Amino acid sequence: MNVAIIGNGVAGITAARHIRKLSDHQITVISDETEHHFSRTALMYVYMGHMTYQNIKPYEDWFWQKNRIDLVHGHVEAIDTDNQKLAISGGRAIGYDVLILATGSKPNKFGWPGQDLEGVQGLYSWQDLQAMEHNTKGISRGVIVGGGLIGIEVAEMLHSRRIPTTLLVREQQYWNNVLPVDEAQIIGRHIQQQQIDLRLGSELKEILADGNGRVRGVITGTGEEIPCQFVALTAGVSPNIEVVKRSNVATGRGVLVNDFFQTNIPNIYAIGDCAEFHEPKPLAPKVEQLWYTGKMHGEVVAHTICGNQTPYNRGVWFNSAKFFDIEYQTYGYVGNTLRPGEATLYWEHPEGRHCIRINYDAQSHVVNGFNLFGIRYRQEVCSRWIREGRTLDYVVQHLGEANFDPEFFRQYEPEIVKLYNQQNPGAPVVLKRERGIVGSQWSVVSGQ
Amino acid sequence: MNYSPSFQLTANPAGHVGKAQRMALVLIGFGVLALLVATFGAGATQPILMLSVSMALLIGGGLLYIVKQYGGGIAGIKNNGITFSSSTARGSVGWMLAIVITGFYVLLYWFPETLEGLIRMMDPLSYTLRGQPSDQWFMYGTFYTLAIVVMGYRAILKYRHNRYQMIRTASVMFFQLFFAFLIPALLVMFQQKEFYFTYFWPLKYYYLFPSGYEEFAQGGGLAPFMIRWAAIMTFIGTPVLTYFFGKRWYCSWVCGCGGLAETAGDQWRQLSDKSLTAWKIERWMIHSVLVFITITTALLWINSASQGEVLGSVSQGFSSVYGFVIGALFSGVVGVGFYPIMGTRVWCRFGCPMAAVLGILQKKMSRFRITTNGGQCISCGNCSTYCEMGIDVRSYAQRGENIIRASCVGCGICAAVCPRGVLSLENGPTEGRYNGAQFVAVESIGIPPKQ
Repeated sequence: MNVAIIGNGVAGITAARHIRKLSDHQITVISDETEHHFSRTALMYVYMGHMTYQNIKPYEDWFWQKNRIDLVHGHVEAIDTDNQKLAISGGRAIGYDVLILATGSKPNKFGWPGQDLEGVQGLYSWQDLQAMEHNTKGISRGVIVGGGLIGIEVAEMLHSRRIPTTLLVREQQYWNNVLPVDEAQIIGRHIQQQQIDLRLGSELKEILADGNGRVRGVITGTGEEIPCQFVALTAGVSPNIEVVKRSNVATGRGVLVNDFFQTNIPNIYAIGDCAEFHEPKPLAPKVEQLWYTGKMHGEVVAHTICGNQTPYNRGVWFNSAKFFDIEYQTYGYVGNTLRPGEATLYWEHPEGRHCIRINYDAQSHVVNGFNLFGIRYRQEVCSRWIREGRTLDYVVQHLGEANFDPEFFRQYEPEIVKLYNQQNPGAPVVLKRERGIVGSQWSVVSGQ
Repeated sequence: MNYSPSFQLTANPAGHVGKAQRMALVLIGFGVLALLVATFGAGATQPILMLSVSMALLIGGGLLYIVKQYGGGIAGIKNNGITFSSSTARGSVGWMLAIVITGFYVLLYWFPETLEGLIRMMDPLSYTLRGQPSDQWFMYGTFYTLAIVVMGYRAILKYRHNRYQMIRTASVMFFQLFFAFLIPALLVMFQQKEFYFTYFWPLKYYYLFPSGYEEFAQGGGLAPFMIRWAAIMTFIGTPVLTYFFGKRWYCSWVCGCGGLAETAGDQWRQLSDKSLTAWKIERWMIHSVLVFITITTALLWINSASQGEVLGSVSQGFSSVYGFVIGALFSGVVGVGFYPIMGTRVWCRFGCPMAAVLGILQKKMSRFRITTNGGQCISCGNCSTYCEMGIDVRSYAQRGENIIRASCVGCGICAAVCPRGVLSLENGPTEGRYNGAQFVAVESIGIPPKQ
């Protein structure tokens, strides 16, 4: 069987690797972005000078030939679903028996005046990074529009080159559409500490041009003009499906798929950022635009294509990020506000750079989610507790088991136990396990 | 096809040298000049003056530069601009440094008379600590210790958000300053044999060569105790400590070679080759060196037991070749001289027989592993890039596997630079050490785990 995959991001490449593991199918991966797969999440580090392009490629270049994964560096211009053929730039055609669409995203542009000026861009692709390298040379200020994960990455990138930066965030707190206020404030303070000009509750109204079609400033919702030579549009991304829209494959916001990532055409699948579920699971979005979900989609679709029909179920939710120097992990479901019947245990270090939130059901005390800032917890342990329906008192007593910070780090679990006991007088609990050089030396690593 | 010309060719956009740092560079520059003046003769005629002036300039300038570079700002990973900088990205400064350091080692090992001025400059210090004039090795040891202590302070400031790094760095500074410099010097002062309590066979092979063993066993004072210590550490201490803590108890906490790599060499750790080919070469080379030194040691003992009748001069020949090729050329000249080109652990990775022994123990019988936190890896590559031993850490982390590699020295930098908190150095039960945590992504999506 001949499998063609459009897109060499993490979703497409994970699918290719797993199809190779499970079968002897012919595999072709087509991308117009780069010749080889690279880690999109690492783009920022190339700009910041932490790594080179070579460093962000997860596999050495010989890997593809050795695993018989054919790479085509070209743009797919048309998908002919009737004849099962792809038209590639340069007049080439590639036939397929099964097609996987993993075309990823493109940055959102909401019709702002001036959004197509020179020096205005999003950050998603390798080409975007090259453009940013060019666009930020010798500038005196950059403005970032959008307070999400990419926005703060761009802020960190500009900061690494000592470029004064203004970050416009529409919400009243940074990333408050995802983070609860306490956590959002931790990050907001941290951003300001980095000398970033953080403007909360602030919108972009217009981007101003100089005489040469280049950006010279922005005007915010309040009418203030901020002079700048670079504008990053980071108000989210949406599925990159231009070529799919011109084919017979059904699309909505993204390429419409069922639980098996099947589109309306039986031998065509869509995974990663570009897929849109007809019927997403409760609390799950229709379009999943994360590294982790892309990876999971790729693995699941490989099983289905190789004859083992596997429905997608992403299990206990998790995600992570890093905001300048503060790491973030989340397990289970933690919304920006409590749902009805939900309660929370929130501990924050007085210095305001570390916090732990544990959400639970107010009636049954069953824990359903963790937020961690500046503290690392084990995914395996947190997801197991959520899956097993552990109650808050159990979790609090066993927090040491979840701690994943490096050895000798200060452990905050005793303070959380103290807080729990203050809030739940009557039946005080004690911390049963500690992590640390002795804890890890003499107790088990996890489980038991 | 080259995708990133602009990233390779730009001057360091993150490089920012403030006024105080320029001042510090002036001091360091004068310090280097003072060393040259000392080498050309002033070291012999004006040792106290030259020693105090050059040390004050070098240490003062170094500390000022370090404090300005890493002392302020918010604690966190400080790797901005490393791939753009000429000194840390194999640019002209890096090559020049490599040539200068390599050249210094060549002079030190084979033409020490050219460094006479520097050696004499150390006389005041040598008389104070050892009660006798300096030689080339005391001069070298002084600079070596100085480099570890001053640059160790840099490492502590740079990684001050990470207590594992701070404590580990303090440990290598301590062991170098006391066990590899002051204690051996004081032993000499008190008419004892010069002895290094932190070096063992096969790295310090002489201690278990018949000549070395007999010299100490029949020596007076503390000598018999010293040689017993060396033997016990080789045969009992090393396996036991490696069982509990992995190779790191030695390579990144105690050893002076590792100490220099972790402190002065920290800025070049990203230059190690991560390719599969390099790993293959590494395994052949390091184990060959181990076999070589083991055979040499065995031959010397056979020869000694038979009083030279069986092997004649053959074993001595082995010993001389080993001493020249491995002891001097590899561990010294290449091992440190190539820091700015091949990364900091060239010797530790490709040549050190002690590392080979520790590696075998770590792989086969140890509680140490680097745990991967489920499916959290984003394949960014920081861990692999900053692994001084050239381990492709990411290749394990992105599959949710634990990392147990013979070469891993447990420096913990992979876990420090990981932007998602995916890696953690741990000691735990040996059972299931290789399995890692269940790869959560796979578990979540209902695919049965691979056996």
